[in-house]
Amino acid sequence: MSKLYTGAEIVFKCMEDQKVEFIFGYPGGAVLPIYDELKNHDSIKHILARHEQGAGHAAEGYARSCGKPGVVLVTSGPGATNVVTALTDAYMDSIPLVCISGQVPTHLIGTDAFQECDTTGITRPCTKHNWLVKDVKELAKTIHKAFEVATTGRPGPVLVDIPKDIQFQKAKYTNFKKQKKLNGKSNNRFSQKDIDKLIEMMSKAKQPIFYTGGGVINSGPRASEQLRELVSITGFPITSTLQGLGSFPGDDNQFLGMLGMHGTYEANNAMHDCDLMINIGARFDDRITGKIDEFSPKSKKVHIDIDPSSINKNVKVNLPIVGDVSEVISLLIKTIKKHKPNFLKSNKENISKWWEQIGKWRSVNSLNFINSDKTIKPQFAIQRLYELTKNKDTFITTEVGQHQMWAAQHYKFDKPNRWMTSGGLGTMGYGLPAAVGVQIAHPNKLVVDIAGEASVLMTMQEMSTAVQYNLPIKIFILNNEYMGMVRQWQELLHEKNYSESYTAALPDFVKLAEAYGCVGIRAKTPDELDQKIQEMIDVKKPVIFDCLVDKEENCFPMIPSGKPHNQMLLGPNDQKENKITGKGKTLV
Amino acid sequence: MAKSKSAYSDPGKKGKLDTHIIVVWVDNEAGVLARVVGLFSGRGYNIESLAVAEVDPKRGISRITIVTTGTPQVIEQIKLQLGKLVPVHKVADFMRGDKKIIFKEMALLKLVGNTSKRNKALKVCKKFNPVVLDKTQKSVVLQITALRREIDIVMGDLKKFGLVSVSRTGAVAMTRGSEIFK
Ligand SMILES: Cc1ncc(C[n+]2csc(CCOP(=O)(O)OP(=O)(O)O)c2C)c(N)n1
Ligand SMILES: [Mg+2]
Repeated sequence: MSKLYTGAEIVFKCMEDQKVEFIFGYPGGAVLPIYDELKNHDSIKHILARHEQGAGHAAEGYARSCGKPGVVLVTSGPGATNVVTALTDAYMDSIPLVCISGQVPTHLIGTDAFQECDTTGITRPCTKHNWLVKDVKELAKTIHKAFEVATTGRPGPVLVDIPKDIQFQKAKYTNFKKQKKLNGKSNNRFSQKDIDKLIEMMSKAKQPIFYTGGGVINSGPRASEQLRELVSITGFPITSTLQGLGSFPGDDNQFLGMLGMHGTYEANNAMHDCDLMINIGARFDDRITGKIDEFSPKSKKVHIDIDPSSINKNVKVNLPIVGDVSEVISLLIKTIKKHKPNFLKSNKENISKWWEQIGKWRSVNSLNFINSDKTIKPQFAIQRLYELTKNKDTFITTEVGQHQMWAAQHYKFDKPNRWMTSGGLGTMGYGLPAAVGVQIAHPNKLVVDIAGEASVLMTMQEMSTAVQYNLPIKIFILNNEYMGMVRQWQELLHEKNYSESYTAALPDFVKLAEAYGCVGIRAKTPDELDQKIQEMIDVKKPVIFDCLVDKEENCFPMIPSGKPHNQMLLGPNDQKENKITGKGKTLV
Repeated sequence: MAKSKSAYSDPGKKGKLDTHIIVVWVDNEAGVLARVVGLFSGRGYNIESLAVAEVDPKRGISRITIVTTGTPQVIEQIKLQLGKLVPVHKVADFMRGDKKIIFKEMALLKLVGNTSKRNKALKVCKKFNPVVLDKTQKSVVLQITALRREIDIVMGDLKKFGLVSVSRTGAVAMTRGSEIFK
């Protein structure tokens, strides 16, 4: 007779077979049998967070920076409800997470038992799928299925809820071998015909643009390499969403910068005026399209996405291609090379006027700002951080707000998986725990959370996690004492009624750093900034960097309303902006 | 509510609404109906009626029939979103009024009144395969099968013949001829 294992042992057997190295979690009554079993499994290390939301975001940071699924372990009731924000965040940004939650024993389910909640009910809308395991014989199968669902097709979070009695009960375990080709609900439905059609559209285009998103990153590092090749053999301009940054080098001449609400003048204008838009792994999110009716009115649109439900959801397209980005691009490149080896040359003239026009937009220099030698401008702080860290393989996470947009605009990424930001959900408090997870995956790399002082207080307790595991993360706070993004909207849209967007009684971040047992650094003036940043980089401990910046700086460009998408509000440096007077200004 | 000044809250143009019948084959497991219904409520889709029961006990497959209205784009989304759910095997979709498809709803009608009234009631239902399920001196329970709007009409007509209670199912659907849903 084969050996019987407890449910708790089976959880670890599954993890071992899935090659899990780290679990981010927090113990409690309903998962104690699993925690008890931890000691018997050396290949798996548990990272103790300080809040289940932190554990979830850390697992997200881990997953995004190394491409493996993040594993989270939480207890029933409050443990499960605390992780909901992180699950929703992962769902919105397509991050593979496997969350194991404890549940009250099966005979108590439905009795309002201590720390009982309807975990599968609560997490149903924020996971790809979830399971309540009621039979220990189903446990192994369920966990392996959970990993499959999380990592195939469009990735995302899943949850397995395991009642405490199931963790004690025994069942057989047969070793699991990962199948090479997991089909699950993944989709590769495109054909050579689609590719030929696309190439035909590409050779006719006079004003083409690539619009790329997080799908390129999710498709794996090879997809980014292929994208570079595709862009270079076509000579087309390329813009990226917030989530796609890094899949194409930020300092390349063909890159127009980020698009969307706070995107560059050239990227948004090119999107508006193009005649061929090739969307690769992006989803026509409302922060990109603005007013749908006036979005890129003249273009033919192609959409390459692994999730068929993303296609034609917000914007109707002319050519849908359902497939994994890497596989689609690879066939595209192969076909171009075979049938149109001179594509670049023959195409150059076709699109030369287009590049001229783009050059004009570029010369507006929309990311420009008026620098100061007295106060630190937040954009300047990011530029300096970039200059001083670009020669290292630096990983950046962010919180949510103005600082996040400035980071996206001014920090130039040249590799995928180096940029971790909460885009879909926009979760303040994401960046610090995400940095913890990134540093776990890359212990010897520089990991910086570009933070706002309001956001970072939401998950500040995870500094304690960083200290416990010697994770030298750097929390680079652009401290404007305001919920800056809220303040900006209030200034522009609510008649400067700064309702509750100023934080009085902020903590002393340097002392706070010391209280946590890490290093606090403060920079107050532009001339001391470089030296302080260098000091931060050189410290081999976690650092909280309190960068006191201009309190009233706004993030530009910004898309005003009532206007077509190609008319952006530019910064104070811009001449044209002065023309938007009176009524126009309040219409923002 | 004051109109938002942001470009991002403009809902844009609304398309034309059609009524569709969506048929979904799912694993008959705990929570599967909640998943399907939750998808509709969570994304703001409309459910006009719903019918669900296991149809293949051996494989544990249930068939869910949902009547919904939406723009062509929304109907397309409903199908694709349903298709993404793990326990969903296949999804079929038909316009209401599709001649190749049979749609039926069942209704139970309780009438209280004298024999003459009850006989008149039976006459009203004649076209809709009435079956007398229960009969007393004062009352009768009828079963009819018909389209939704036909049942609506019958209900109106029966008011004067002592209709006191109605119980209705959601629509179920089947293809005509030898074909089956793909
Ligand atoms: C959890 C959560 N609550 C509220 C918001 C709304 N919100 C978006 S940005 C922002 C202000 C962020 O302030 P801060 O972290 O200081 O960043 P800044 O904009 O000043 O750079 C708020 C409150 C949010 N995104 N997330
Ligand atoms: Mg702030």
